[in-house]
Amino acid sequence: MKRLLASRWLGVAFIVALLILWELSSAFGWVSSLSWPRISAVFRALWEISVSGELFGELWPSLWRMFAGYFIGVAFGVLIGLLMGSFRTIYSLLEPVTEVLRPIPSPAYVPIAILFLGIDDEMKIFMIAFASFFPVLLNSYSGVRSVDPVLLQTAATFGVRGTRLLWQIVLPSASPYIFTGMRISLAVALIVMVISEMVAASNGIGYFILAAQRGFKIREMFAGVVTLAIVGYALNRIFLAIENFVLAWYQGYTQQQRN
Amino acid sequence: MSATPYLSIRSVRKAYSSHGRTTVALGGVDLDVERGSFVSIVGPSGCGKSTLLQIVAGLMPATGGEVRIEDRVVREPPPAAIYVFQQYTRSLYPWKTVERNVAYGLENREALTREGVRARTHEYIGLVKLDGFERHYPWQLSGGMQQRVAIARALACRPDVLLMDEPFSSVDALTRVGLQELVLRLWRELGLTVILVTHDTEEAIYLSTRVVVLSASPAVVSIDLPIDLPHPRDQITTREQPRYLEYRHRVLGKLFTAEGLATGDAAASAPAAQGAA
Ligand SMILES: Nc1ncnc2c1ncn2[C@@H]1O[C@H](COP(=O)(O)OP(=O)(O)O)[C@@H](O)[C@H]1O
Ligand SMILES: [Mg+2]
Repeated sequence: MKRLLASRWLGVAFIVALLILWELSSAFGWVSSLSWPRISAVFRALWEISVSGELFGELWPSLWRMFAGYFIGVAFGVLIGLLMGSFRTIYSLLEPVTEVLRPIPSPAYVPIAILFLGIDDEMKIFMIAFASFFPVLLNSYSGVRSVDPVLLQTAATFGVRGTRLLWQIVLPSASPYIFTGMRISLAVALIVMVISEMVAASNGIGYFILAAQRGFKIREMFAGVVTLAIVGYALNRIFLAIENFVLAWYQGYTQQQRN
Repeated sequence: MSATPYLSIRSVRKAYSSHGRTTVALGGVDLDVERGSFVSIVGPSGCGKSTLLQIVAGLMPATGGEVRIEDRVVREPPPAAIYVFQQYTRSLYPWKTVERNVAYGLENREALTREGVRARTHEYIGLVKLDGFERHYPWQLSGGMQQRVAIARALACRPDVLLMDEPFSSVDALTRVGLQELVLRLWRELGLTVILVTHDTEEAIYLSTRVVVLSASPAVVSIDLPIDLPHPRDQITTREQPRYLEYRHRVLGKLFTAEGLATGDAAASAPAAQGAA
């Protein structure tokens, strides 16, 4: 019993309990059941839209936009973060502008993005990229600043400088920080993807949820939200698996430092 | 002595300025190093030993004077010399295995084929007796082993000159003896020229063909002592030879005076105060 209480099954059991509570609250009418369907009905709807292919028809465009935007944002974030961390002039040039732009909540510039890029994929990808960019930028910059100077000097003794130094030493050294930024950005990308699809779209999971709500297809609406939970969870797990693989050295290294 | 020494340090001065304050670390150091010699530099802590070695390694410009290797002025890390950092745990790349760490210098300094790199890497891993640890990461190894990786990485580039800054200062006594023997063996087998910075007078005398004592900052050469002890040296018997003790007496006496640890009869009282070194 004690083992069970300490294990992750405790948390899983709690989720199951919440779902049962949901089911009962709807079945016995504790909550107005018109906008609060039974969870079993939600899962049935989820199953139906999955087998009919409707769900994937909405999910693919969403995931495509999200990843396109995410990777563009990450690429620019890493690149500019490395440059800002390595060159004082670039830092002085770009730091104020990033500090001004960063605090603006992403939804605020949707209208501007629509004006310039329309309401199609370009706008959404831009939004996602822009929002994913900042966490990666800041963390890459910190990563570069925290590279041990002895590692850089060691490379210098072997005649390594310039872009080779950046690529061979600075980038791997900063990679734990970069991954942290990328993990934050992944969550941000998911949020901005949904927002941008709710503002203006003719497909995508965000559009699907909003359209279901407007068409009083409440079960489908909840099914869409549950889908997002599953997608978000899966993306995070995949990300962690990749991070654990790529940064296996870092975990061993930090553990060793602590001893 | 020939007209142009192999490595020459001429009136090297170094002044650091930070926050508007200027510290003169080196006040004009002159030193000629013959090819194939083993020179140790000792001196009070903070006198500028690391500074001097880094200038020789081309990692830092001097404020005045110059360093030449085979008559070429050192302005950047010279191909002939490799510098081994004191902080070896921070100098090895934690994301690279032992094999990749040792290969790193080679890959960047020489145009070798993949096979060439592999062969050379294994040769030098073998030379420092780390066979079987190729796939380990540095942080999985003991301090002494990590230092051997750093030495193998430097030597794999086949430099003529090995510059080492207190390489044995953070390992236990027995490991230190092992590393001293390793460096002595490599120096003899590979015909290297070694410049070693250390705070350990005994180590300096035991290993070297010449011991140079720097004065307190701003440092100048205060003693330049050729060490005439037979090779191969032996950790026990060499250290018992009267001449060894004589050298030790002179160097410690000078150091203690410089540190203000003994006065007047410094040289005579030095051996008794050995624990303080
Ligand atoms: N980067 C630096 N900036 C300012 N002062 C320095 C710097 N590096 C060393 N110094 C000063 O120069 C002197 C010599 O330092 P160092 O060469 O490290 O001495 P040693 O290796 O003999 O202990 C010391 O007084 C030290 O404080
Ligand atoms: Mg030092």
